[in-house]
Amino acid sequence: MSEQEFMITMKDVNKWYGDFHVLKDVNLNIKKGEKVVICGPSGSGKSTTIRCLNHLEKFQKGQININGTELIDDVKVVRDIRAQVGMVFQHFNLFPHLTVLENLVLAPTWVHKKPRAEAIKTAMYYLERVKIAEQAHKYPNQLSGGQQQRVAIARCLCINPEIMLFDEPTSALDPEMVSEVLDVMVELAEEGITMICVTHEMGFAKKVADRVIFMDAGQVIEENEPHEFFDNPQSDRLKLFLDQILSH
Amino acid sequence: MAVYTFKEAKPAPSTSKGVVFWLRENLFSNIGNSLLTLLGIYIIYAILPPLLDWMIFDATWSGTKEEVVKGGARWIFIIEKFDQFIYGFYPEAQHWRPNLVALLSIAFILAMNFIPNLKVKIGLMAVYPIICFVLIHGGMGLEVVPTEQWGGLMLTILVATVGIIASFPIGVVLALGRQSDMPILKTLCVGFIEFVRGVPLITILFMASVVLPLFFSDGIDFDKLLRALIGITLFQAAYIAEVIRGGLQAIPKGQYEASESLGLSYWQGMILIILPQALKISIPNLVGSFIALFKDTTLVLIIGLFDVLAMVTLTNSDSNWLGFEIEGYVFVTMIYWVFCFSMSQYSKSIERKYNTEH
Repeated sequence: MSEQEFMITMKDVNKWYGDFHVLKDVNLNIKKGEKVVICGPSGSGKSTTIRCLNHLEKFQKGQININGTELIDDVKVVRDIRAQVGMVFQHFNLFPHLTVLENLVLAPTWVHKKPRAEAIKTAMYYLERVKIAEQAHKYPNQLSGGQQQRVAIARCLCINPEIMLFDEPTSALDPEMVSEVLDVMVELAEEGITMICVTHEMGFAKKVADRVIFMDAGQVIEENEPHEFFDNPQSDRLKLFLDQILSH
Repeated sequence: MAVYTFKEAKPAPSTSKGVVFWLRENLFSNIGNSLLTLLGIYIIYAILPPLLDWMIFDATWSGTKEEVVKGGARWIFIIEKFDQFIYGFYPEAQHWRPNLVALLSIAFILAMNFIPNLKVKIGLMAVYPIICFVLIHGGMGLEVVPTEQWGGLMLTILVATVGIIASFPIGVVLALGRQSDMPILKTLCVGFIEFVRGVPLITILFMASVVLPLFFSDGIDFDKLLRALIGITLFQAAYIAEVIRGGLQAIPKGQYEASESLGLSYWQGMILIILPQALKISIPNLVGSFIALFKDTTLVLIIGLFDVLAMVTLTNSDSNWLGFEIEGYVFVTMIYWVFCFSMSQYSKSIERKYNTEH
């Protein structure tokens, strides 16, 4: 497969915080429409990896290509790339001073210069899709965690991204609310959007992922399709990790 | 195994409600509390009736100063000198102009609260100060009143308002500059803020009145009031910047990241996402700082401007009206209190307005 057909390529990406080497030669090629789950112990660099993809983190060495554009530290390039990449955060990061609807309309009108009426229509469409349209005029703090995370997903979809990044989207939720968020993510996956998801929800990984990647100490240790990944882990480190998270 | 059904909510028992319960719980819950309550009542009893007698029941409200017989406050002094306290040396025939500005200001504040259209608001914000300036200063057909004649409460309000409004945008920019990644910009902002906060307002007023003119060629006579306004604005901007910096630091990093990840530029993110939240948190401290400024404006006396307090002091030396200091200072105290208390109440109401927690 030639490089152009990959939606995302990361080539020998290295990152340091001061002297601390957080990412070590990370290589990753992701095809259009592929669903990739990244897991690993905390501090393994999995969040940092996906945060590099929309330039929330800078990297010092290596190369990243998003949909044919090389990601460099340039205002215009970064803006173009962010227009194609949506990100969902662990703590939702909705804007608390704006209503749900205003949260969704903001980027389309200010960044993508869409007429307000059209942006509202799109926003209501996506709120409908995440089954929360009746809350459109409430403020984020009036909603439950699961509802807030669904709003955050809808907010990303409003900019019509090619790629969705999920950074532990269910880790901050009460157990009762995890499934309503995962349901929305499964639906999205079925529609063929390119997805990279950092998560510990192994059920989700088995059900949705085309590929699961295991990271530790800033490197990719093992990657495989989910069936093999869970049933036939190769490295000792992954065996230990799976033992620990699946033992209960 | 056991399964339980849901229970209905019941009203709270009557012993935990009502006036008697409230009194017992809040005023007489134990011996110490009861003693403090009684002491409080005694202090109010000892102070309030004599004060009310002096201020209202025994006070003299009309007539001449020779007719005063009772021991109460002689408010005739205030009534006699009222115009001077309010307008300073502003010519009497022109008093309607500051009065009109006061009315316009009330109309302006109401319009800002009730007109939804942003363009109309911005238009008003641009026109309002020009109209006020022309009305008070003169020109365009109106007789010019030089700033040496401005004074009294009018001057106090003017200095405070200009100081508050002009310092606010400068303060925001300084606060953002202090957080900037650009080292030179950051150093300049930190240097300015720390310098200004390290010197008293009086020093800055002296500098504005003595040092500032040195920078200009001899021919230009820099207006004294303008110099004071520049000094006060720069002084206040440094404090505003620190208050807003506190608000900015309280905004979670996730808000910056979310606005960046949606593709908003630095200024879009600041204006649409970060500043509205940071300013909301800062309202109590901002208003505190505005109140402090309102009271500090009285220091313009030092450079020869006569604000309301200076006017009271001045009229006390009128040989026809000696010995009326107490009335004058009580009056000026009440004026300050009314303005500062109103600002504090207004701040509470906007805090409620922008509360999105519930």
